[in-house]
Amino acid sequence: MDPSSHQKERLDVTTTPSDALAASAGEPAQFPLVFGLDTFGDVTHDEDDRPLSHAQTIRNLVEHGVLADQVGVDFFGIGEHHTDDFPLSAADVVLSAIAARTARIRLGSAVTVLSSDDPVRVFQRYSTLNAVSGGRAEVILGRGSSIDSFPLFGYDLADYEDLFEEKAGLFAELLRGGPVTWQGKTRASLHDQDVVPHTESGPFPAWIGVGGSPQSVIRAAHYGFSLMLAIIGGNPARFAPFAQLFQQALERFGRAPLPVGVHSPGHVAVSDDKARDEFWPRYLEVIRHYSKIRGFAIPTKESFLHEVGPHGALYVGSPETVAQKIAANLTALGATRFDLKYGMGGLADHALMTNIELYGTQVIPRVRELLA
Amino acid sequence: MLPLHQLEVLSSAPLPRIAVLGAGHVGPVIARVAMKAGYPVSIAASGDPEKIELIAQVLAPGAEPRWAADAVGEADIVVLAIPLHKFPTLDTSLVGGKLVVDAMNYWPPIDGVQEMFEDRRYGSSEIVAHRLARSTVVKTLNHIGYHELDEERRPAGAPRRRTLGVASDDPRGGAVVAELIEHIGYDAVRLGSLSAGRLLEPGGPVFGVPLRRAEFELAVRAVAA
Repeated sequence: MDPSSHQKERLDVTTTPSDALAASAGEPAQFPLVFGLDTFGDVTHDEDDRPLSHAQTIRNLVEHGVLADQVGVDFFGIGEHHTDDFPLSAADVVLSAIAARTARIRLGSAVTVLSSDDPVRVFQRYSTLNAVSGGRAEVILGRGSSIDSFPLFGYDLADYEDLFEEKAGLFAELLRGGPVTWQGKTRASLHDQDVVPHTESGPFPAWIGVGGSPQSVIRAAHYGFSLMLAIIGGNPARFAPFAQLFQQALERFGRAPLPVGVHSPGHVAVSDDKARDEFWPRYLEVIRHYSKIRGFAIPTKESFLHEVGPHGALYVGSPETVAQKIAANLTALGATRFDLKYGMGGLADHALMTNIELYGTQVIPRVRELLA
Repeated sequence: MLPLHQLEVLSSAPLPRIAVLGAGHVGPVIARVAMKAGYPVSIAASGDPEKIELIAQVLAPGAEPRWAADAVGEADIVVLAIPLHKFPTLDTSLVGGKLVVDAMNYWPPIDGVQEMFEDRRYGSSEIVAHRLARSTVVKTLNHIGYHELDEERRPAGAPRRRTLGVASDDPRGGAVVAELIEHIGYDAVRLGSLSAGRLLEPGGPVFGVPLRRAEFELAVRAVAA
């Protein structure tokens, strides 16, 4: 299809500025701008600064998804984790609950750790979510930065590349629809196997989340998955060559261009000071915990402020500050989608709700305005 | 903006030829910064160079994709930037007689446990050197993020120039690699043995920390003392 007529058609059906199908004004112009929220289910604290139970954290998460829908966010994503501080091991179940209470917002994983999962089950779960939600499901496949699912499900991290390569290939087959014949080393063979539930209107959107591996970028292009750049530290603009590599690889594989998205952490509050004051102590605490386990340097206030600034990866500030930064980086990266990973272990739930509301009602419209 | 172009070509004397083994997170960035410093660079992964042609073209323009044996054969310095869990299957004869930069890390919480590197009496580069008995091994480039290596480069004498440690049992090899580090855009601080290179490992005092020379020397000395 001619991209310009495609866009026109999309413009015609657009009714609200926050609609996922609203026209893009950035580069490349053929994809609509999409703004999402991602969470890892970070455990929040109550008024006395005590951690909420896992169950309450999950119930709150459903409310976050419902609010996100109400305030005009395009996508709500949950990243698979298996730890006490991120108890979100069954994202699709939570997403289904959100689906039942919403009609517009798209719902997906951010990410599904495909290497330690079964591609057939991942397809079945998200195809089911797609059915429940009336065609609003997506998946982002990847590894994430935690490795807990590997020992839990009996996989060896040394096999990571082989597992991902083979399973991504099978997932692409499953997504295409129709009976699948497949043979590999990582699961039982499939012979002309009908995998259900069938999707109503073709494949649902699938992305590969990439943290810095050029081979993963090539792999996404090879299988025809869109590219989600996970930028959690350093200068976002340095990822521009990855977006370029992706489009060139698509061309080499004879595929049409596909959208590029950005996933980054942040926190929005009414003012820059309030956002930083709320976020910094919790961020420090979480990173300090992980720096002990993982053996890296604890951030200083100075390094934090650098990450919050224009050349860093954190989107912490007032709606205007965060909107300016998103607009600048989407432009620098040739990306048309931004997913804000909101929340940080220990923040209060009401701070998260305020973040979601400001993101939907102020940040997103302002970015659209800046990129118009 | 700092005048980074001053780093691009420092010398008209022929610089050593570099082979980067690995086209993942780290390899293309090292190839790129070495190219920018004027070194002739080739890059190789485990298989056909055609498979990494596009990666080299976009992420390390000018670096030549080669078969590993061809790249190493002509190189004066070989940079090992492969996943550490692939190291036990690396053909040691490939790099025999070569000056080898070990840019790899043993980082169990990120990459999983590996039996070969579990003997904590030795640093990972000592274990690498033990297996590469016919090579000269130098440890460096492992303790700066691959996402920082390009943009943190500064000309010599710049006030915020960052420091990288260079550890080796071989003074001559260490000197050649320290010069490479200086040319790329970092101060090099020599550590007198591969064993001392443990200070550069994950959990050590300089891992992932941007330090100027004096701060670096202080941090390393404080732990070594």
